[in-house]
Amino acid sequence: MSDVEVTPEPQPQLHGCLLSDSRGQQVVHPTRAQYVALMKKLLDGGFVMCSDLTAADYLTHSGRTLPEGIEAERFEIVVNLTAIATRDRIRVRVQVPESDPSIASMFDLWPGTEAMEREVFDMFGISFDGHPDLTRILMPEDWDGHPLRKDYSIGRIPVQFKGSNS
Amino acid sequence: MTSVENIFKTNEGAQEMRARSEISAKEILREVGSVLRMSEAEAAKLGQIPADADEDQTMIINMGPQHPSTHGVLRLMLELQGEKVLRCKPIIGYLHTGMEKTGEELTYMQGGTNVTRMDYLSPLNNELVFSMAVEKLLGIENDIPERAIWMRMLLSELNRMSSHLLFLATNGMDLGAVSMMLYGWREREEVLRFFQKVTGLRMNHNFIRPGGVAADLPAGWRDDVLAILEMLPGRLAEYDILMTDQPIWRERLQGVGVITADEALALGTSGPILRSTGVAWDLRRDQPYLHYDKVEFDVIVGSYGDAFDRYAIRINEIRESIRIVYQILDAMPLGDYRIQNKKVTPPPRARIDESMEALIHHFKIFTEGFKVPEGEVYVGIESPRGEIGCYIVSDGGPKPYRIHMRAPSFVNIQALPHMMRGGLVADAVAVISSIDPVLGEVDR
Repeated sequence: MSDVEVTPEPQPQLHGCLLSDSRGQQVVHPTRAQYVALMKKLLDGGFVMCSDLTAADYLTHSGRTLPEGIEAERFEIVVNLTAIATRDRIRVRVQVPESDPSIASMFDLWPGTEAMEREVFDMFGISFDGHPDLTRILMPEDWDGHPLRKDYSIGRIPVQFKGSNS
Repeated sequence: MTSVENIFKTNEGAQEMRARSEISAKEILREVGSVLRMSEAEAAKLGQIPADADEDQTMIINMGPQHPSTHGVLRLMLELQGEKVLRCKPIIGYLHTGMEKTGEELTYMQGGTNVTRMDYLSPLNNELVFSMAVEKLLGIENDIPERAIWMRMLLSELNRMSSHLLFLATNGMDLGAVSMMLYGWREREEVLRFFQKVTGLRMNHNFIRPGGVAADLPAGWRDDVLAILEMLPGRLAEYDILMTDQPIWRERLQGVGVITADEALALGTSGPILRSTGVAWDLRRDQPYLHYDKVEFDVIVGSYGDAFDRYAIRINEIRESIRIVYQILDAMPLGDYRIQNKKVTPPPRARIDESMEALIHHFKIFTEGFKVPEGEVYVGIESPRGEIGCYIVSDGGPKPYRIHMRAPSFVNIQALPHMMRGGLVADAVAVISSIDPVLGEVDR
């Protein structure tokens, strides 16, 4: 049961962003400032399909493994890209601070991220700059809170029936 | 005909389709199905909003969530001019049950019961991708016994058949071939009967588990599988007579809901929708998992990207699955059906009567679950609907810290506005049907 491999010296990089290995899968760690430029380069480099875009809330799991130089923040945007021609996959993890939960939208590069970003907005309350229609997608419009945040506990919130009088 | 007050009478608020005068150009382009690529050449197009018609000549109507052809509770808001669809916006969330949140409260042992309910037409593929992700986190993905791997392949291929058979049934019914509804369900029932024999349940099996499968194949399984394999080709030939070769059927589907390869890729679609555009992308072949690199099969692709291609791909994928299952029957080895690793495998029932340690181990593994090393992993496999992915973050405890399922239907329905633009309302039914969405998976 080997843990995540220790990154060798010097740290591997891709397009100026730190690269790590998670169970044999490639992971890039851009900063928020590098995010858009990196994604553009990846798209031009053949990653034509954005398979998945999601987020994780690390509120109660602060000691996670990150390459040196990446400062852990509460939220993390996780994007899985697929290159059809080379049959390759890559994962991009971006740290998003709690104080300013926002990040650039990938809609202009992969229009298919539209629904996924709305889902992340709905579930985590992270907003995406440049998204054409950033509204809740799974929860009703008048719902309070963002259910997949770790401080949104299950069982304590009264059931909300939308449209009822009480 | 439409006015702002009418649109805002229900509670979905800004999620709904709004009048053109109220929303940004970008959103309109999205709703009319323009696939935006911000290359220099196409950036100029951003300013051009299609000048369809004056707002007083169009009408926004709801299709669903209770419409039978929306396959569950999908709600489409359509802007119509006469019978022509100008804009379309899918509104989802009516079946949202917070399964990703629930998954954080269940141990890895229990997780299978949760994920199997997402795409309820291909439950075994959901369990498979979940199990593969957990095994990768545990680092045991290369130690799974051969028999378990071939059993997983057998079950997931049979599941592909049952799922596509149900697609043929509903696709037939949506388009007026009502007898196809009965035939599709009838054949699917044969497959489900086999599942019941193997797993004890017709759906939501929780049979493929981290470390292997829950039980060995029952006596006589080979004859049951052979009976299905021998029954199906004849029935598929009947479907060809009933539908494929029939001019009415072709007229109804050909040229409807066309999408090009570039657009399908940009929208992230996968499975039969992507393959209908001619992109030969099948994870079973391109990123082989289990033993798909040891069996021979063809990836079926279309050339027009229309609803007929998507129908034809699915009916031919059943034939390929039959081919694969024959090879699985030949290759099925004897041996363990789950990994003999005390960490993830409960002791066999007989040992519990003899050994105190086995009893304690059994109790601990079912109450506390097993711990999974810290890390994060994404695994994607080919479900009947496209790429189903599972992203798990572990904090070293017995429950996933975060579990996310990449649901193919959730991504695929984004192609609806694009496919519907300019078509007729009647064709909208054909287009939804050709996407074959499962709303349990869309909303999770």
